[in-house]
Amino acid sequence: MRRVFLFIPMLLAIILGVTLYAGIGKDSTALESELIGDPVPMFELASLEDADVTLGPELFRGHVSLMNVWGTWCPACRDEHGDLVWLAREKGVRIVGLNYKDTRAKAIEWLDTLGDPYSVNIYDPEGRLGYDMGVYGAPETFVIDKEGIVRYRHVGVVDEKVWETTLEPLVREYGGEG
Amino acid sequence: MLPELGQFSLILALLLACLLATVPLVGSLTGRDGLQAFARPLAAGQFVFLAVAFGILTHAFMVDDFSVSYVANNSNSMLPWYYKFSAVWGSHEGSLLLWTMILAGWTLAVAIFSRRLPAAMIAQVLAIMGMICVGFLLFMLITSSPFVRILPDVPADGADLNPLLQDFGLIVHPPMLYMGYVGFSVAFAFAIAALINGRLDAAWARWSRPWTTVAWAFLSIGIALGSWWAYYELGWGGWWFWDPVENASLLPWLAGTALVHSLAVTEKRGVFKSWTVLLAILTFSLSLLGAFLVRSGVLTSVHAFASDPERGKFLLALLAITIISSLTLYAFRAPVVHSRVRYGSLSREVFLLLNNVLMMAALLLVLVGTLYPLILDYLDLGRISIGEPFYNLTFSPVAIAVALLMGVGIFSRWKKTDAGWLGKHLLWPAAWSLVIAVLVPLWHGSFEPWAFIGCFAAAWVAVATLQDVWHKSASRHGRWHGAQRQSRSYYGMVLGHLGLAITMAGATVVSNYGIERDVRMSPGDTASIGELQFEFAAIGNREGANFTAQTAQVNVSKNGDPITTLYPEKRQYRVQQSIMTEAGIDGGLFRDLFVALGEQVGDNAWAMRLQYKPLVRWLWLGAIFMAVGGLLAVADKRYRIKEKLPAAKAGAGTKTGAGTGRGTDPGNDSAEVTA
Repeated sequence: MRRVFLFIPMLLAIILGVTLYAGIGKDSTALESELIGDPVPMFELASLEDADVTLGPELFRGHVSLMNVWGTWCPACRDEHGDLVWLAREKGVRIVGLNYKDTRAKAIEWLDTLGDPYSVNIYDPEGRLGYDMGVYGAPETFVIDKEGIVRYRHVGVVDEKVWETTLEPLVREYGGEG
Repeated sequence: MLPELGQFSLILALLLACLLATVPLVGSLTGRDGLQAFARPLAAGQFVFLAVAFGILTHAFMVDDFSVSYVANNSNSMLPWYYKFSAVWGSHEGSLLLWTMILAGWTLAVAIFSRRLPAAMIAQVLAIMGMICVGFLLFMLITSSPFVRILPDVPADGADLNPLLQDFGLIVHPPMLYMGYVGFSVAFAFAIAALINGRLDAAWARWSRPWTTVAWAFLSIGIALGSWWAYYELGWGGWWFWDPVENASLLPWLAGTALVHSLAVTEKRGVFKSWTVLLAILTFSLSLLGAFLVRSGVLTSVHAFASDPERGKFLLALLAITIISSLTLYAFRAPVVHSRVRYGSLSREVFLLLNNVLMMAALLLVLVGTLYPLILDYLDLGRISIGEPFYNLTFSPVAIAVALLMGVGIFSRWKKTDAGWLGKHLLWPAAWSLVIAVLVPLWHGSFEPWAFIGCFAAAWVAVATLQDVWHKSASRHGRWHGAQRQSRSYYGMVLGHLGLAITMAGATVVSNYGIERDVRMSPGDTASIGELQFEFAAIGNREGANFTAQTAQVNVSKNGDPITTLYPEKRQYRVQQSIMTEAGIDGGLFRDLFVALGEQVGDNAWAMRLQYKPLVRWLWLGAIFMAVGGLLAVADKRYRIKEKLPAAKAGAGTKTGAGTGRGTDPGNDSAEVTA
């Protein structure tokens, strides 16, 4: 009877194998989100720059925005930071930052030295909004339309190529006039 | 012409591998010695032809043969010769060739150094390694041949090696890592052979042990080199990013560490056999899983190879065949032992079992963390947030628990340990560790709970280990005599454990007391960290062999006394047009000063990252200790016994020469065979 237990490792291996097989060939940077087509979940969080300012989902109303999830602990975020600054300054894109599982002092110092591409920054040290958005790491970037509806989720670094091939058409589509 | 010979050489190696995988195995199952005797020459032939292929590819790089697609994509005529050499394994195809050649090298090593093993056993072990080699050679020839030509339009020059990889660290990091990954295939092959024979005894454990330990030592060095390379080459001073590829190397290391310890119990006491054999399968499977994760493109990572679904499928099939067939064999053949409990609750067996439990816990954490994007995606549940904070939160407590347990386990004895006696021995380590854990935060000026716990755990392991050496070396003929009486494998263990303590101390101190400052500086500006002043003296341009660099000069002084001058750079590589940060580092045993030059953030201002990194070198120093310990353990006398052990009774024979290291072990004389 106990021999039955010896088959457990094999079963686990098969389950793992099926999962891995499903992952082959998919673009691992374009993970689907359950939220696509839904409004940004309700949240009440402080702004990064000023702890007394409380932000909520209404901040997405009226403009198409990119919501960029970042943290000073994330080396890839540093990688894309220059590109975000370029997007904000040269392309005039509205970028909302979600400072994710970070500390306020470090994040502010980072923006002071590397430049600040964000029109507003949501401070989320416990990852609460991140959890609701289904974020599993940083960096991630969401396209959110004028009504505050999540339209697209990009996992990984945003650079010029990602902007031109994926994000810009979406921003143009949901922004109406572009 | 030569590249075609290289391809031909690979095909010959494949044919030899096919023979190696079948002929000796048939010989061993039918008892025909003549067929078994083919194993050694075939192993040698397989290695020779892979080495020829590797030599030809290296030659193609050295003479800038850009008609070979792999060379054209990964080299350039301007590249310095040593990087042309390391570019051979700079990308997927070449590194796969290196991997396979190392596999053949291990096979050959087993063939050479196992003259005293029973012929049937060695024939099976070599055949199994031959099967693995067949798999990888097929993979290489079908999906990723490094010898594919670009004809007739040969490019005038190559696309250059990725600048990240143009570094000494990359010359040595992959070979070491692969030595480790592939080395575990030996333990795997021994385990499978033992399962086929139904001979999971102490002799099997003893044969597997040195091979496992050597592979583990190489892997430790490989991981440390990777971490060191990331530290100074990625430019941000981080030494571990929990990147999927890093995790892929950590997984087999954790399993291998558990295996090394579990093999010790199986060899000495003849218990935990089913578990040990499962660990041997698991360790090698995780090495293969690592190869799959890196080369299939299912996960995003800083250093994953270019993805290709075909390769992913092939590798997964290889992985599936290896793992499922070995686990099926395991399920049918592993002994289900209803043994009487032969050890008490405080015995060394139990401590080592707990070590294994903790290693598995750590392994599961890393595995889940690495695979969760894939698993969640598969289940359509995109609803959990974990990243680096997840690992820091969960992995650290497990590491601390391992250390605390180890300090106690060092004093434990086989079969049973007296609780009162054990408690008395632990008083000194507890006292010393407490003092150190209080002094270190005081020295650095602030108390951090994690720093306290981490320092306590590291000191606990170190003091307990040293105290054990002190006890064991006591002798009527003086301490020197007593110290010499201990075996090499004992000192190997001591070094390995000290290495862990050193790495742990380094990780704790640098994470808690390292200082990072991101500042904006113009030439002439000074920024300080504690008592240190960093003066940005000047910035200028410099021409390298294949790059142009902006080099800053930063003078570091302490209260006015100059300490050093650092030259951080930003390099623009001409061919790939990519920018690399080359940090300026002043290294030392107790602290590193680290300056990285960032973006230009104004007309005459640059972002600078200044860092003070206390004990950061200890991270890698500890790994060197572990690796040296592993090699020392393998040099132990008992692995070089002249007599040929009759396999069936080998269990009782393990005492020979082994008693030296465990002079105080009461249980050593009765290594029972339970099967």
